Amino acid sequence: MSAAPAAAPVAAPGAAPAAQPAGAREALLRVWRGDPAGGAEVEYRVPVEPGMVVLDAVHWIQGHLAPDLAVRWNCKAAKCGSCSAEVNGRPALMCKSRLDQFAAGAPITVRPLKTFPIVRDLVTDVSWNFEVNKRIPPFEPRADASWRWQQSDVDRIQEFRMCIECFLCQDVCHVLRSHELKHQFAGPRFLVRIAALEMHPMDGADRRAFLKDSAGIGLCNITKCCSEVCPEHIHITDNAIIPLKERVVDHFYDPLRWLWRMITGRPRRSP
Amino acid sequence: MDAIESHEHDVLVIGAGGAGLRAAIEASAQGARVGLVCKSLLGKAHTVMAEGGIAAALAHVDPQDGWQTHFRDTMKGGSYLNHWRMAQIHAQESPDRVRELEQWGALFDRTPDGRILQRAFGGHTWKRLAHVGDRTGLEMIRTLQDRGVHQGLEVYMECTITRLFKDGNRIAGALGYWRATGQFVLFRARAVVLATGGIGKAYAVTSNSWEYTGDGQALAYDAGAELIDMEFVQFHPTGMVWPPGVMGLLVTEGVRGEGGILRNAKGDRFMWKYLPEARRNEYAADEDEARRWVEAAVAGRQTEDRRPPELSTRDNVSRAIYIEVREGRGTPHGGAFLDISYLPAERVRKKLPSMYHQFKELADVDITTQPMEVGPTTHYIMGGVRVDPDSGAATVPGLYAAGEAAAGLHGANRLGGNSLSDLVVFGRRAGLAATVYAKGSGAAPRVANAEVEAEIADLLAPFARKEGESPFEVHRALQECMGRNVGIFRTQEDMERGLEQLAALRQRADRVRAEGGRVYNPGWHMSRDLRHMIIVSEAITRSALLRRESRGAHSRLDFPAMDTELGKVNMCVTRRGDQMDVRPTPLPVMPAELRAVLEAKS
Repeated sequence: MSAAPAAAPVAAPGAAPAAQPAGAREALLRVWRGDPAGGAEVEYRVPVEPGMVVLDAVHWIQGHLAPDLAVRWNCKAAKCGSCSAEVNGRPALMCKSRLDQFAAGAPITVRPLKTFPIVRDLVTDVSWNFEVNKRIPPFEPRADASWRWQQSDVDRIQEFRMCIECFLCQDVCHVLRSHELKHQFAGPRFLVRIAALEMHPMDGADRRAFLKDSAGIGLCNITKCCSEVCPEHIHITDNAIIPLKERVVDHFYDPLRWLWRMITGRPRRSP
Repeated sequence: MDAIESHEHDVLVIGAGGAGLRAAIEASAQGARVGLVCKSLLGKAHTVMAEGGIAAALAHVDPQDGWQTHFRDTMKGGSYLNHWRMAQIHAQESPDRVRELEQWGALFDRTPDGRILQRAFGGHTWKRLAHVGDRTGLEMIRTLQDRGVHQGLEVYMECTITRLFKDGNRIAGALGYWRATGQFVLFRARAVVLATGGIGKAYAVTSNSWEYTGDGQALAYDAGAELIDMEFVQFHPTGMVWPPGVMGLLVTEGVRGEGGILRNAKGDRFMWKYLPEARRNEYAADEDEARRWVEAAVAGRQTEDRRPPELSTRDNVSRAIYIEVREGRGTPHGGAFLDISYLPAERVRKKLPSMYHQFKELADVDITTQPMEVGPTTHYIMGGVRVDPDSGAATVPGLYAAGEAAAGLHGANRLGGNSLSDLVVFGRRAGLAATVYAKGSGAAPRVANAEVEAEIADLLAPFARKEGESPFEVHRALQECMGRNVGIFRTQEDMERGLEQLAALRQRADRVRAEGGRVYNPGWHMSRDLRHMIIVSEAITRSALLRRESRGAHSRLDFPAMDTELGKVNMCVTRRGDQMDVRPTPLPVMPAELRAVLEAKS
């Protein structure tokens, strides 16, 4: 932390923080405003406080200049994944994007996620994600589940359970973003969810056919863009997608298994 | 009236945090046609912010624990103003609800023998909080969300409910608007469960998100239901105080549960000074004993040593920090130092990963090597809708409430970890009771068209005004009024001034103007949220004025002591026409066998 200023006055808990002195530094934001018919970046000048993030700046604009500026947010602590946007072209949570990481004086552009349809301004329609989620075969405890397992069994899956559903990985994934294959591909977020289910020590369901046919896991060509933008630092490609791909390949494309099935006439195990 | 979109349900659940989801899951499992409405996207509700854990006397780490001790801790923590029956049900049923979450796929941290791990928290005699690092709420909401989705719940996301309708004296439905379009939607329902959470946005320094505008309390009040205990607002002792943008952001009590030490700017470990005399013997006598307790906790060993003084109840720790700062011993940014850096860095990152990242990324502080700066932040309201303890039924037929929107379990102060368990224990019960009621409610209730039309006209009024303030302007003034006049320490004079200001703010709120159109317009949304916040603010202030004593989270500088007589009543708020009526109502009488549990030695 930078050198501390002289003792601040005691703010009554619940009272508004003291206003910043006038003439403080300003940031220049270019916020995309518009609707499905079209829009443009609008410039706003925002007074800067120490530690300020892009979401603070957007709220300042809303509170002082443009009360109808549409933005989605909740926790402001990188725990809920609501305030996703593209900041200077990079998919990011606005609540985690510090203004002081950008060059002083240079404009900061804030645009909505590109992969999803615009509702208005910075808000997009992400409902497709919730529809995908419904189709995933849910947690199904094994009949013989003992409910005793070790921390080491849990650690591996807890990484996937850290997902806050910000959908930044969905936004950046070229299968969804450039090729628009939403009808064929579940996207990194839901492959992470499936990985958590598949690796759950007590789960007994088999999602390999679903992965191959409905989730379209073969469409991922492991460019790892999703892992790069994940605010929870989940190793989406390495720890979730690649092991799932291996499961699918082992099951459906193993030549020995294929031969065995041909000889015995036994169907595949999975539904 | 133009035809508006409408839906029909047996049970309409408003709010999709832990309580709302659990209520909807139960109602659906019982065969009700359920609608679940939430202001945000599914899975973003405030439950996601809960960090430290869920309290349940599983006795996995401390085998001495049991429901009786949990019951006793909860009653003590609430200064005995809790509804005894709710505290009993909660202590008895929370272990089953935690095990149920696990059976639905939740992954809690483990003990060495493979069971659910539990950690210490303020006011809990034993290590009691089942947890997942410091993101227990996320684990819980995701588990419930997926359970509900696969059960086929009908979810209405980003939809705000503004009014409840009645047919005679019974609930008949609700009106809301879609945030994304601004179009109205009518829900006809036999029963409504309020699970809307708290009121934190009435204060500027708060851990709460924009959603916490007191909707459930205000909707119930408007519908004629009783609210109780509204004077009890919990100021969490450890919110971030720096930088300004994150002021109020929560720092989990788990930091203290893992051994975090509070010091003032002079380096004094001040919490010993503030322990209530009657409870001093529950805490470590000195630094050595406190350190031994932490070492045992880290090693996962049983110990005879008593817990550190930082694990006192939240009301007490908040006052202590506030007084230290007021008397000139605050940190550079007006808080206290909270230090966990003396533990191995690896352990801190493992047990408190979100805190590690939160401070690193938002405040440039590495908590494995530096202390945090923390101070009180508005966090939770113990008061809310008065409910029947077994069913969650409000005083209006067909209306139910659960979670933070309901009152009774926590009394004058809530213990950390008792909120998540509250959500699932009473969410389930409310969903169950609402279904039973709906199935036996006879002919479907009718919503009067005229009432729907009047509500729509009222909602659209801010668009018709050619001039008027921005709703955000009025919101800032409200937050300043509540922080200044009805904050952590209260006086008659301040609160009377607060009431005058609230009256003026109500008039300003009635004249605000909404700019732009109806599509996803936060200014317009705020114009209505303001009304709810002003209702709950008035309820808080009037109840606090009547409680001329200090108890739990309610601290009066002009009445610093507890008053035995006031310990026998709840302050009860009801609407009489346009006037708010507040009067004391007697606390329910505890049966002798529970009194004996309360008085037994732990």
